Amino acid sequence: MQILEVLKQSIIEGNEEHAARYAGDAIAERIDAKIILDDALIAGMNVVGEKFRTHEIFLPDVLLSAKAMYAALAKVRPLFLKEKIPSLGKVVIGTVQGDLHDIGKNLVGIMLEGAGFEVIDLGTDVAPERFVDEAVARDAEVIGLSALLTTTMPGMGKVVKILKERGLSGKIKVIIGGAPVNDEFCREIGADAYCFDAANSVATVKKLLGQSTSRAE
Amino acid sequence: MRPTLRFLNNELIDRIIDEAREILCELGVEIHNARAVDLLASHGARVDAAQGRVYIPGALIDRALSSVPSSFNLYNVHGNAACEYAGYNVHFTPGSAAINILDYDTGELRKPNTKDFIAFSKIMRGLQFIQATSTAFIPADVPEQISDSYRLFLSLLYCEKPVVTGAFTRESFWVMKDMQVAVRGSEKALAEKPLAIFSCCPTSPLKWSETTCENLLDCAAYRIPVEFIAMPLSGFMAPVTLVGTLVQHTAETLSGIVIGQLASPGTPMLYGGSPAIFDVRYETTPMGAVETEMIDCAYNEIGKRLSMPTQAYIAFSDAKMLDAQAGLESAMGATLAALSGINSISGPGMLDFESAQSLEKLVLDNEICGMALRLVRGIEPKEDFPAMPIFQELLAEKHLLISKHTRKYLKDEIYFPGRVIDRANRARWKEEGGRSLEVRAHDEILRLLAEYQPTGLPAGTVREIIMLMEREAQKFGMEHLPEREE
Repeated sequence: MQILEVLKQSIIEGNEEHAARYAGDAIAERIDAKIILDDALIAGMNVVGEKFRTHEIFLPDVLLSAKAMYAALAKVRPLFLKEKIPSLGKVVIGTVQGDLHDIGKNLVGIMLEGAGFEVIDLGTDVAPERFVDEAVARDAEVIGLSALLTTTMPGMGKVVKILKERGLSGKIKVIIGGAPVNDEFCREIGADAYCFDAANSVATVKKLLGQSTSRAE
Repeated sequence: MRPTLRFLNNELIDRIIDEAREILCELGVEIHNARAVDLLASHGARVDAAQGRVYIPGALIDRALSSVPSSFNLYNVHGNAACEYAGYNVHFTPGSAAINILDYDTGELRKPNTKDFIAFSKIMRGLQFIQATSTAFIPADVPEQISDSYRLFLSLLYCEKPVVTGAFTRESFWVMKDMQVAVRGSEKALAEKPLAIFSCCPTSPLKWSETTCENLLDCAAYRIPVEFIAMPLSGFMAPVTLVGTLVQHTAETLSGIVIGQLASPGTPMLYGGSPAIFDVRYETTPMGAVETEMIDCAYNEIGKRLSMPTQAYIAFSDAKMLDAQAGLESAMGATLAALSGINSISGPGMLDFESAQSLEKLVLDNEICGMALRLVRGIEPKEDFPAMPIFQELLAEKHLLISKHTRKYLKDEIYFPGRVIDRANRARWKEEGGRSLEVRAHDEILRLLAEYQPTGLPAGTVREIIMLMEREAQKFGMEHLPEREE
């Protein structure tokens, strides 16, 4: 099982080459794919997320770790051919209509994927209806909305309203973020949670879904 | 290119120096110390014994300036180089010799004690951007006669950094020298690797006291570096104009250089000072005044013209608490000093006209120092040309967060402040307690104290230093030194 620790370490260090190699080694040792995923890949990204949150490491380090994690995941993925890769949940994310800013939204996607969520990224300038349609079609539990402009923020309220009209409030949770957004606005439009940065997005989504937010060891 | 600030052109500098030399030669200096007077007389200075004045001819000044080193290093207790006073290098050191400490819990000033000085020294160990420590305040729980040496004693025990210090009496010089020798192993080793700088302060206008002269002569004898701290007060004990004040500062400092270099040619010296304007409204000497800081930067230019490393009391404030004035005056002083290339910048931690140290301010000032040090590294191209490739990468990747170029230069190019400076968005700041600067600074102190590790000074050296200090304390009726934590 030492290989799992080494693999986890290579993800924490953001070493893409090592991560791919050790993932291969772990498979060769016939370690169960689910265990590789949970105990090395996701465990590693949990450490990274926590270190980022406490300023021990910076954003570029997180992105490098995510890259390493994807390299390892590419090796492990074929083992899940029959069953689907287990995930903590599905999250539809996107930037609201009229807004083309996607850096924050992309970061949130990376953090969530790293933590073991399945992320469906709808990109930018996404119409409110589309968020809801996609979430329903893909069986997602969470919709994540991003906006950078005060003029596009109302698009967030529209998504909440459509969910309510379709009787989906509570079943599909809405989490919002972006520079002009705050807690007060979140309450105003009736969204389920506001998250102030990518580093905290994993904990926020887990809390929404009633999952344990116990952070990395 | 290093960004550099200048107030004086060479023509003006040379004129100021010429005027100061004429004053030394024609008006002389008042020296209350027979050894120094004899020394100057034996080298040809004219002495008016009745007036107590010594007239220093130009030839003596030239001789002193030819032997004074243009640079020197300070070494920490382990013998590793810590500060290189040369060229436009910049090093920070806390303001020294406050009589009070600002108590965090009460917000009031009080007399500092052993525990405070140990905390200060431990914190200093963790402050990356303040490269030399200082005997920052005067513990009041030991006899006055050892309150100077006792600060050095605690510094050497708890912080490995070199020390900016000074003796209050002639007698205490000896134990302060002996403790340094104990760290180095021999007087020769101490002369080769200086551990501390002693402040020597002439009295304005143009006077040298008995004690200051003795300290200067004793330091010179052992090649212990000195910094001259002339303190002309514009409009009071010096001309009101900045140029007039500079003439006086130059004359007072040159006279010190002459005494020290004649005593022992080659003694390392900092061309320093703590001049100030005089605020005639309050009868105070504002150290945070913009003109005070201009005088500091300008005499540093004169020191550089004389090929000497420089020092100034500049990066601090006259505020009474850790408020916006404390920040703005300290930041302005540190910035101007760094841009001017003052080699040893004294001040961090200090408030209230050099009379009070604040540990919370010290950790804030460490951040100011970090920013100032970044500032003077300036703007340099780093694989920026040709510019096309990085922009091609940016357009293709949509961001450069993990670009090789970013990874290579991020931490070198951009200074990320520590926990005292708030850069969180409002929501995160609130989630983390919505703490004020003062609270963040205090939390940082608690963190540094919790993470403190001993410096690894050899046990034999520690025993010797303790023995020297105990013996000194016993001379003045203190049988046992105050309790010390590990």
